[in-house]
Amino acid sequence: MKYLKTTPAKCKGVRACEKACARTINKSDDPAKSAIRVTAKDGVFEINVCNQCGACIDICPVKALSRNKQGVVMLDRKLCVGCLMCVGYCPTLSMRTHPDLREPFKCIACGACARACPEQALEIAEK
Amino acid sequence: MDVNKVFEYTRYLDGIEKMKAAHVVLAEYAYTPSLPEKGYTNRTLHVDLSTMKISEKKVDEAMKKTFTGGRGFGLKYLWDAIKPTTKWNDPENDIIISPGPICGITQYPGAGKSLVVTLSPITNIPIDSNVGAYLGPLLKFSGFDALEIQGKATEDVIVVLEGVKGRVTIERAPLESVNSHVAAEQFTHEYAADEADRRNVSVASAGQAAEHSLIGCLNFCYYDVRRKVTRLKQAGRGGIGTVFRDKHLKALVVHGPQVKGDMNRPADLGRVQRAGVKLHREMHDFDDKMCTMRKVGTTNIVSVMNAYDLLPVMNFQYGSHPDAKHIDKTTWIRKFTQGIPDGCWYGCSMACAHGVDEFALRTGPYQGHKVIVDGPEYETAAGCGSNCGIFDPHWVIECNFYCDTYGIDTISFGTITGFVMECWQRGILDKERTGGLELTWGNGEAQLEMMHQMARGEGFGAQYAGQGVHRMKTMFADNGWGDRQLLDDIALEGKGLEQSEYMSKESLAQQGGYYLTNKGPQHDEAWLIFMDMVNNQIPTFEDKAEALYYFPMFRTWFGLNGLCKLPWNDIEPGDNRTANTPQEAAKVPEHVQNYVDLFSGVTGREITKEEIIAMSERVYQFQRVFDLRMGKGTRQYDKAPYRAVGPVTREEYESRQERYDKQLTDWMKVDPAGKSTEEKMALHRAYREDRYQKLVDAVYKRRGWTENGIPTLETLRRNGIDFPEVVAAVKPHLK
Repeated sequence: MKYLKTTPAKCKGVRACEKACARTINKSDDPAKSAIRVTAKDGVFEINVCNQCGACIDICPVKALSRNKQGVVMLDRKLCVGCLMCVGYCPTLSMRTHPDLREPFKCIACGACARACPEQALEIAEK
Repeated sequence: MDVNKVFEYTRYLDGIEKMKAAHVVLAEYAYTPSLPEKGYTNRTLHVDLSTMKISEKKVDEAMKKTFTGGRGFGLKYLWDAIKPTTKWNDPENDIIISPGPICGITQYPGAGKSLVVTLSPITNIPIDSNVGAYLGPLLKFSGFDALEIQGKATEDVIVVLEGVKGRVTIERAPLESVNSHVAAEQFTHEYAADEADRRNVSVASAGQAAEHSLIGCLNFCYYDVRRKVTRLKQAGRGGIGTVFRDKHLKALVVHGPQVKGDMNRPADLGRVQRAGVKLHREMHDFDDKMCTMRKVGTTNIVSVMNAYDLLPVMNFQYGSHPDAKHIDKTTWIRKFTQGIPDGCWYGCSMACAHGVDEFALRTGPYQGHKVIVDGPEYETAAGCGSNCGIFDPHWVIECNFYCDTYGIDTISFGTITGFVMECWQRGILDKERTGGLELTWGNGEAQLEMMHQMARGEGFGAQYAGQGVHRMKTMFADNGWGDRQLLDDIALEGKGLEQSEYMSKESLAQQGGYYLTNKGPQHDEAWLIFMDMVNNQIPTFEDKAEALYYFPMFRTWFGLNGLCKLPWNDIEPGDNRTANTPQEAAKVPEHVQNYVDLFSGVTGREITKEEIIAMSERVYQFQRVFDLRMGKGTRQYDKAPYRAVGPVTREEYESRQERYDKQLTDWMKVDPAGKSTEEKMALHRAYREDRYQKLVDAVYKRRGWTENGIPTLETLRRNGIDFPEVVAAVKPHLK
């Protein structure tokens, strides 16, 4: 199963990942539209992003969430009704929503953030 | 379980093409489809089945300001449609389905409700009933804030609203079933283009028994994309299904557009989203620790009611029973399929609409069929179960199924069956009088057969039971069956409507919560038993009156906006009980703020918590005047049967002798020693009936009514509903 592996210890809070992600998945420069989020807590950076656990798949009332061939959990926006139950039920709070966007969004393990990270804190991996 | 499991159900689709081909279009109307703007489409669809005329009405700003939507719109349209002399089966009686401005948002739990309003056959005053499933939202997204159906067809017809094409038709449809579990499936398949489109179709239907009784319910369906089956939710109370069938409506089909998260075109989508995600998260964090709605729905309270002596047992004689464990959540968690998203509208993370899958029926025309049964919910488990002395879950489920498909209100049916079974216990009924039905406590088969009789329009079921307890007690007395006083005492009804399924004997506030209501004793307005009886948070008459002002007004608001009550207080923020006083905690202030955010976020009209009450009160007072206009709405119609107030019989008294004797000492300062049970019962009756009247006085005062229960002119003015015809309805009673 493909997923984005994070190494928070390497993170220096550059947040290039957020910009790359927002641009890639939502065509925006607004970091609030990024599926990956970096936060600083007591001088230590934390990285929050979907780990592809799939808990959201069974929560969805319209079967809009499913795994693709690589095991990545994907949202079919055509089916999605924007109810955001997947956002509320995500065990790691990694399903995102934004007032400009009707449907939620999440990490699709595309690797854009990993390529943008100058500290190699992110990588696409298998588990 | 595997959420993608394939269930085996009996299907009713053989010959479906032939059924569709047999339709004949009798009338057609073209319109331009539109989505709501800030929650409103600003127009209503009107269908007259007598003239076969279909038309539109404009919804103006004044209508929205005064009546908000939902129940408010329904009552206003009904007021305009009927006269004070109108009877329920007159052609001018109107069925109004209105979803309300918030209805159809997908982000917040419980936001797919519609309100159905009509002149009730069982009470002869307006009834409003709150129903889930997809029809209301799809109606709105097809372009209409409400649908009115007036007139009466001369033969069975269906009304079809094609919300994408912009076409409304009245069609002859002779081959489909009238019974709801079949009709819902057949019409859904006929009008959906394919499997993916089935969720965009919703069907309203009643059933055979609605034709032959006064307690017919209206089913709304939705297509469950995981189970691949149509499911039913009910506008249960007050005989709406009876009116539907009396108009010769077989079904109403709404085929709307595919739903997205912004179809209400809200003023501030982000505000709606934030409130929704917050509640989804609360559900995720606390439901397992609080009400377990996601696992067992409202049946979670069967064991709670039983523990507090509040579960109706044997026509509300008793409040608990050792066998209640067979119909409590420990049973339902096994019977309900677990792990499937079970909301009756998108985004309901409370997900209480549980189903018993592949249920094999033992009786009636569908004997041997395997079906999905929606529920039972608490009311059905208590009403059709413990209240009839029935503790075998099979019969509760089968009764639930046939009530739904035949179009019968499970609450009225449960209270009716409890009443006739007590009449049997007391010798008022016997085999000869019931035509062979042995209506003994616990006889689930007899209960089912009584319902099959209703469906066939024959026997005791149709002639007596289907007429409701109000008419039955008079018919029995007229036949010389039983003592009139006893019949009045044990018939759990007010204004003609059967009481819902909680014991109110030990909670004065709940006696008011049931019987000081606009449409009769239901739990839609106020549920105060815990605040009052268990926690003693509203000890004085004034405290109780304040609760009987605030909660009915607040809860009315759900029905104005297309919302479900359950996500308000069947889940609470984690700090609700610590951050607030007990009295404030009962209001769940943080959730009230959510509703402020939802209304303001959708409509763009900024409101406050106080305005929620003001919006509701306008409609509530209007409904009270409407009752008055139809010949009720005065003090004499707010009385409670004594079974709801205190112990009617010796057995009841003695079952709680210790408690009642102590009350004699504590409340009445009377020493029970040496007194016979009859003497003690008489003391209780005098005390409790007097106490109820004092409560009535306090509540009327708080609501701005006269001693006879009439809203004063000042009350009408304060609420901005002093329209000439409203004032005219009130004035003769103010002299």
